[in-house]
Amino acid sequence: MRRFVIGQAKNLIDQSRRRQLHHHKNLSFVSLIPPFSAPSDSSSRHLSSSSSSDMSASDSSSSLPVTLDTINPKVIKCEYAVRGEIVNIAQKLQEDLKTNKDAYPFDEIIYCNIGNPQSLGQQPITFFREVLALCSYTALLDESATHGLFSSDSIERAWKILDQIPGRATGAYSHSQGIKGLRDAIADGIEARDGFPADPNDIFMTDGASPGVHMMMQLLITSEKDGILCPIPQYPLYSASIALHGGTLVPYYLDEASGWGLEISELKKQLEDARSKGITVRALAVINPGNPTGQVLSEENQRDVVNFCKQEGLVLLADEVYQENVYVPDKKFHSFKKVARSMGYGEKDLALVSFQSVSKGYYGECGKRGGYMEVTGFTSDVREQIYKMASVNLCSNISGQILASLIMSPPKPGDDSYESYIAEKDGILSSLARRAKTLEEALNKLEGVTCNRAEGAMYLFPCLHLPQKAIAAAEAEKTAPDNFYCKRLLKATGIVVVPGSGFRQVPGTWHFRCTILPQEDKIPAIVDRLTAFHQSFMDEFRD
Amino acid sequence: MAIKALDYDTLNENVKKCQYAVRGELYLRASELQKEGKKIIFTNVGNPHALGQKPLTFPRQVVALCQAPFLLDDPNVGMLFPADAIARAKHYLSLTSGGLGAYSDSRGLPGVRKEVAEFIQRRDGYPSDPELIFLTDGASKGVMQILNCVIRGDGDGILVPVPQYPLYSATISLLGGTLVPYYLDESENWGLDVNNLRQSVAQARSQGITVRAMVIINPGNPTGQCLSEANLREILKYCYNEKLVLLGDEVYQQNIYQDERPFISSKKVLMDMGSPFSNGVQLVSFHTVSKGYWGECGQRGGYFEMTNLPPRVVEEIYKVASIALSPNVSAQIFMGLMVSPPKPGDISYDQFARESKGILESLRRRARIMTDGFNSCKNVVCNFTEGAMYSFPQIRLPPGAIQAAKQAGKVPDVFYCLKLLEATGISTVPGSGFGQKEGVFHLRTTILPAEEEMPEIMDSFKKFNDEFMSQYDNNVGYSRM
Repeated sequence: MRRFVIGQAKNLIDQSRRRQLHHHKNLSFVSLIPPFSAPSDSSSRHLSSSSSSDMSASDSSSSLPVTLDTINPKVIKCEYAVRGEIVNIAQKLQEDLKTNKDAYPFDEIIYCNIGNPQSLGQQPITFFREVLALCSYTALLDESATHGLFSSDSIERAWKILDQIPGRATGAYSHSQGIKGLRDAIADGIEARDGFPADPNDIFMTDGASPGVHMMMQLLITSEKDGILCPIPQYPLYSASIALHGGTLVPYYLDEASGWGLEISELKKQLEDARSKGITVRALAVINPGNPTGQVLSEENQRDVVNFCKQEGLVLLADEVYQENVYVPDKKFHSFKKVARSMGYGEKDLALVSFQSVSKGYYGECGKRGGYMEVTGFTSDVREQIYKMASVNLCSNISGQILASLIMSPPKPGDDSYESYIAEKDGILSSLARRAKTLEEALNKLEGVTCNRAEGAMYLFPCLHLPQKAIAAAEAEKTAPDNFYCKRLLKATGIVVVPGSGFRQVPGTWHFRCTILPQEDKIPAIVDRLTAFHQSFMDEFRD
Repeated sequence: MAIKALDYDTLNENVKKCQYAVRGELYLRASELQKEGKKIIFTNVGNPHALGQKPLTFPRQVVALCQAPFLLDDPNVGMLFPADAIARAKHYLSLTSGGLGAYSDSRGLPGVRKEVAEFIQRRDGYPSDPELIFLTDGASKGVMQILNCVIRGDGDGILVPVPQYPLYSATISLLGGTLVPYYLDESENWGLDVNNLRQSVAQARSQGITVRAMVIINPGNPTGQCLSEANLREILKYCYNEKLVLLGDEVYQQNIYQDERPFISSKKVLMDMGSPFSNGVQLVSFHTVSKGYWGECGQRGGYFEMTNLPPRVVEEIYKVASIALSPNVSAQIFMGLMVSPPKPGDISYDQFARESKGILESLRRRARIMTDGFNSCKNVVCNFTEGAMYSFPQIRLPPGAIQAAKQAGKVPDVFYCLKLLEATGISTVPGSGFGQKEGVFHLRTTILPAEEEMPEIMDSFKKFNDEFMSQYDNNVGYSRM
């Protein structure tokens, strides 16, 4: 008998969510307030949680080999705002809330900074977890009692998967690209999705999609003369990875006025500009659906992008981790692979890397670290290098691999679990769509705030038209205006969002990214608090 | 005009330069042969479960319950799981922020890091700070993160033992640093002579290299030697004097097959030494769930502990970790279980102790069987595997064989290992993949094949080897096989 997570187990998880990061005894903050600088520099520095132990050495000690002055400057340079300054302040507040409830106008911190659905109460898909549990402890498959606790198709699927693993050894390192049988399932899933075949040998399974992005950056970037075209605003994995690998980020601006549209003329302009500066542009990164912007590209747009890459000799890096998150009836997800193939382009025409992850969609399994990249259009000697890089880390985690194959081959009509699977999936997706709409409407009602709709992904990225007084106040605190706003928001409401500076934006514009992930029953309270805060902020700073 | 988007020539040179023999030429050839139907015994990588070692029961029960928490609500769960596994699953779920499916803190779940700190404290007798412990997707990721922090360019050198586990050479290559080799002494059981260190460092410095860090692998891979306390003190003193950060790869600390030199952590020795060393030597120690008697390679679970790194540096390492969001949560739970296993009195204790003991004792026996087996072969000399999971016999190739290798366009030990593979199905890694003295050849195999199969494997090897040696001993100057 299958069960959703109810009762005791859910309570456990609920309690632990509320007690996030409860262990921070020795916190002392080195506050690194970023200078108010051009918004193209990420302005949210990372705060430290340093140990008070006497084993820690002073930063200025010159007798030690590893100090802030002597570590890799690329490490210093890279930034990642999603877990940056604001989050550290929030954690401190959360800790303080336990003993000082009355000191704050809110009784809990709500983390809207990170696309981490299950930390905010989203339930995992039962069928997937049944299969994972059976593969974790295979002795269950020999027990008759198991049939009373697990669906029959999950048992069947577990057997099928185990038969694809040599010796049924789920604890062994697998092939460095991932278990062959699982890659077959993924390739089949890609073909079912796109209508064009996929080769399991093109699949490289990774611990989440992010390591795949890092591998490609490592491959493509030799020096700062190598540029990667990235959308602005962008998910800061790209800027951070490019910085870590010593390359140059070549920005192309998405057009907020047209729903964050991608203009080929803008791509061309930025490409030419970079080339004129002596930069060899190697790849174009496209996030579709977009993060933080949420737009879903039209097929026509995608065809233009494909042609652009083909003409200019760019590798197309297609971040498609939100492919299952589309909330508007007038848009649909089409993979870049499908678009390219339907244009008649094959292996010889376009180098394309497509990324997918188990972290998003309706499954939201961030903590499992599962994902893959499908690599097409590279010569075999280049593919060997990709394989070699994958092999140094041996393989990605097996449980994540299994999950990646499950999301690409979920229950079908007629399967024992199909009804409940579909109910869970539709429940989550329709709820996300409702929350996206509710929050978007609420944000658009705020004075001086405009917010494009979230066509897909998991975020809203409202534009703050801040009064001059607010901007001056931010300047006085040596921080970017959107960072200033977000900190005030946090301290007034307990809501954690990420300043737009962390994603980059058109200079002189300010945004913040807020997830649509808090549970539906919390949304009204969030809207109320946000609205009240914004009102009082504007009252304070209105020109 | 079709511009080539990405061809081999324009790839990052550092990627092209890096080598990782463990899954290189021999492994690929073995996989090909396996596809053709040949029975292959994979001894190329320390992958115990792939060779029949069973996972420990208790951790798998706990993690299965964490994967599917709905089981905890079912009144029949006690029929399938012991009460302590149920309790432990509830414990670990309560440490998460949403179960296995939520990103944790980028450094790992605080509750698990606390358990790791407690383990370290029990092991060493000195306090350990959870804030200085970061969980990672396998120890390898941790090594890469730390080296990425230390290496600024090719002017930075990292001291690495030769022979070494090629994660180090590959990572240093990828990061554009310089590997500074120090040779372990085969005639002294692969011992570490500080004079070798001094020589290597002097040479590197004379070439303008800034030597920044020293790697020790203890117990060693591929060599298996366990460092003595005196040796560790010497190394730590050396690092203090030369201002090197010590990277202590201790992933095999549970795999000890002799009693003269039990495992002592670098941290313990450092703390024992007291001031100025205990607060003046920078140390990063690595551990994993992949080895020991757990062998849970596929989980990808590991951690590193930092000692004497400035807070601002720890912060930077945290920042880079946050880009990867978080290590996988299932493996974090495996780590928690590994550092706080069932205790006497727990329901699952007897089974756990029996399983663990069984594995360790068998490994000890296999280490002996393999060493003796190699030593009984013509032209093969093998140091005893004191620890870890490998045997690294020296193969004294006759000149005829070396010539034949040259003519085949292969490095001599690669040539030998390919012939071994084709004749017996035993897939090893040639010593050149780990580094060795010029003109001295080895291969690395694991001691992991099932104990029942060991005698046959060693017989098969001996037959091949002794025939090979006779062939090439009699054909000096000829190449024929």
